[in-house]
Amino acid sequence: MYKFLLANRYLRTRFIALASVISVTLGVATMIVVNSVMSGFSSQMRERIHATLGDVMVEATNMDGTPDPVHLLEQVDQLAGNYIEAVTPTVEIYGMMSFRWMGQDIYRLVTLVGIVPDSKNTVSPLAQYLQSRQQIKEDDVVVREPLRDVNSPLDWSMTADARRDRSDWIKSRQLEDFERRYRAAEASPDSVIANAAGSTTPVPPTSFNDNGVQLTTATGTPDGLDDPFGSTSAIPMEPANPEDPQPARIYVGSGLVSFPYKDRDSGKTRTMYMASPGQDVVLTTIKAGQPEPAPFKATIVDVFKSGMSEYDSNLVFCNLEELQYVRGMLSGPDPTRPHQNLNWKDGAITTLQIKLKDYQDAPEVVRRLSQGLGYQFQVRTWEQKQGPLLEAVAVESAILNVLLFLIITVAGFGILAIFYMIVVEKTRDIGILKALGASSRGVMMIFLSYGLSLGVVGSGAGVVMGLLFVHYINEIEDVLSRITGHKVFDESIYYFHDIPTAVHPMMVFWVALGAMIIAILASVLPARRAAALHPVRALRYE
Amino acid sequence: MLHPFQKNSAPIRTPHLWAKAVDKAYQKGEHKVPVLRGVDICVGKGEFLSIVGQSGSGKSTLMHLLGLLDHPDQGEVWLDGNRIDRLPVATRDELRNNVFGFVFQFYHLLPELNLLENVLSPLMIRYSILEYWRKKRELREQGMEIIEKVGLTHRIRHRPSELSGGEMQRAAIARALAGRPSVLLADEPTGNLDSRTGQEIMNVLHKLNQAEALTIIMVTHDDAIAGQAERLVRLSEGRIQSLEEAA
Repeated sequence: MYKFLLANRYLRTRFIALASVISVTLGVATMIVVNSVMSGFSSQMRERIHATLGDVMVEATNMDGTPDPVHLLEQVDQLAGNYIEAVTPTVEIYGMMSFRWMGQDIYRLVTLVGIVPDSKNTVSPLAQYLQSRQQIKEDDVVVREPLRDVNSPLDWSMTADARRDRSDWIKSRQLEDFERRYRAAEASPDSVIANAAGSTTPVPPTSFNDNGVQLTTATGTPDGLDDPFGSTSAIPMEPANPEDPQPARIYVGSGLVSFPYKDRDSGKTRTMYMASPGQDVVLTTIKAGQPEPAPFKATIVDVFKSGMSEYDSNLVFCNLEELQYVRGMLSGPDPTRPHQNLNWKDGAITTLQIKLKDYQDAPEVVRRLSQGLGYQFQVRTWEQKQGPLLEAVAVESAILNVLLFLIITVAGFGILAIFYMIVVEKTRDIGILKALGASSRGVMMIFLSYGLSLGVVGSGAGVVMGLLFVHYINEIEDVLSRITGHKVFDESIYYFHDIPTAVHPMMVFWVALGAMIIAILASVLPARRAAALHPVRALRYE
Repeated sequence: MLHPFQKNSAPIRTPHLWAKAVDKAYQKGEHKVPVLRGVDICVGKGEFLSIVGQSGSGKSTLMHLLGLLDHPDQGEVWLDGNRIDRLPVATRDELRNNVFGFVFQFYHLLPELNLLENVLSPLMIRYSILEYWRKKRELREQGMEIIEKVGLTHRIRHRPSELSGGEMQRAAIARALAGRPSVLLADEPTGNLDSRTGQEIMNVLHKLNQAEALTIIMVTHDDAIAGQAERLVRLSEGRIQSLEEAA
């Protein structure tokens, strides 16, 4: 009884000890904040990775894919049909994308992914990351409301805005063409020939300020459609009406067609788009079966922005049938109208993305599929496919935790020193307690429970502080930004509008428990010293 | 050496606490300083004994040995016919709590606790939390009763720092008695008080000795105070110099 009464009194009368606990409090608060933000980031990242990949991937080891997707689907269904909710076929291949912007050709290395939109969206929710379905904000002001409902079915149609932009873009392109021909006629016949061969005319560089403000429209953009491989190569047939979109449609990663820049006037980072929905780009990939380039024109119908920069600056989603056709993996029933009535089931695919009913079953599904499908296919979960990245994040988080825990340990040594002083100060009281019949263990318990209560107070305050910080992290970031004058957490760099946080109760529990254990451990040595004091010597102590 | 009870005029009492030829030396650096050299002392139940001597005569050490705060180097301590100086630590702690009450020259109250809590501290030590909570009311009444006896009822919520010297010593006596001990060991209980307040404390001790037949062993260097006890033992350089019958 006396132990807890005394521990309680010491706690309330000795503020120096509470000061030593502030370091524990700060350590606990920091750990909670850092862990919450880290896990917020990583869960957002996982969500975004997961949104572009399925739960389980069946990838053909051959780059040309498997020619019989129907058979593969049947096999998959037989092997693990019970676990599977949805399957979508894809063709994944490297490629190059080029378009014209401000009088120069922009080339981008891309990964082309041929998809079937609706089944792809069931397997991994891609639609939410398309910009036509997102609200666009600048400095917390809504610049544009979503053009489409997020839940509307995913397809390759263009929005009204994109169609208007396309017709503007085509007009400016025709003007550009006209101007070029006019100039070519004036020049020597040699250059006419050169022009006919498809080389680009040097366009006088436009000043940045004239066009730079315009975010999406293509009016200032010159022709982006010069074929880098010459007009003689196999360009798919142009649609009869130039205003109609190309048969190949793409969702292009936002990082491929944009770059961040710093506005000199406001000092804010903005994103400049070099191409927007409605424009055409030239994609070049490889034919299946032979090492030959396969160029084709495609119309951007939407911009894809997941927030995973690896994907946003790499992925181009294309309609599966067109990609199959371009790569020579599929041909239509009517040779005169090659783009009609294409069915991906007749062509080859490289990857099956699978969504499971319960992700818990993933190891079982992977085991069954990899055994049943044989060496021609590699079966992996999305986590295995992104293993190095996810592992790197986990390692980073673990190292950070170790370092922060060391800080709390340092705080523990502060407690130890102050406790030692308190024991020395209390020597006579310890003698009295022993004279009154208190056992050595009892005296030790006083200081241990004092340590524990300091730990409880310190980590409790830390937990409260940390959780409050996490809860108001965006407000705090606003205040910091206002004080320092520049944005602490820049949306255009981190892709997040708000700082993502995720508080796991178990994490909070372990951090608090760890801090308490450290406080108790720090009080063991002083408590043992107190317990070992000889009563007579303690009573004589002045 | 003469056994105290062989003196004719002394009332025949059963020996209660008995130190038999105890030796004690302290280590000071490399030298061993003898403090007690074969002291033999016996106190009967209900007796009021005072031990006098100059500083360094070993009177406090003798009291610590009697109260089990220290071990004798040689010799034995007996309580009610049982040897108690060789008992295991836990039993010694228990005996200190149940049998002995200590009063010190400098009061030694715990500064963090108020008067009532200080008085109840031996009981808090004796009982576990659960027991204490169960008996809370009863124990509190027991404490209040003793506080009333020493006349401090109006001060129970005060911290030691808010009490006068005499009040603190009375509080210390109340604490020593809270556990209903059979022997009160007082080490210079009046040493830090003026003569009038010291006399008040002595009156309290006399009252307790007579009314409740409490055995009291008091250590002092003041002959006037020592003379008020029933019997007086004079210590000098670690030996008993004389045994006297007090007034």
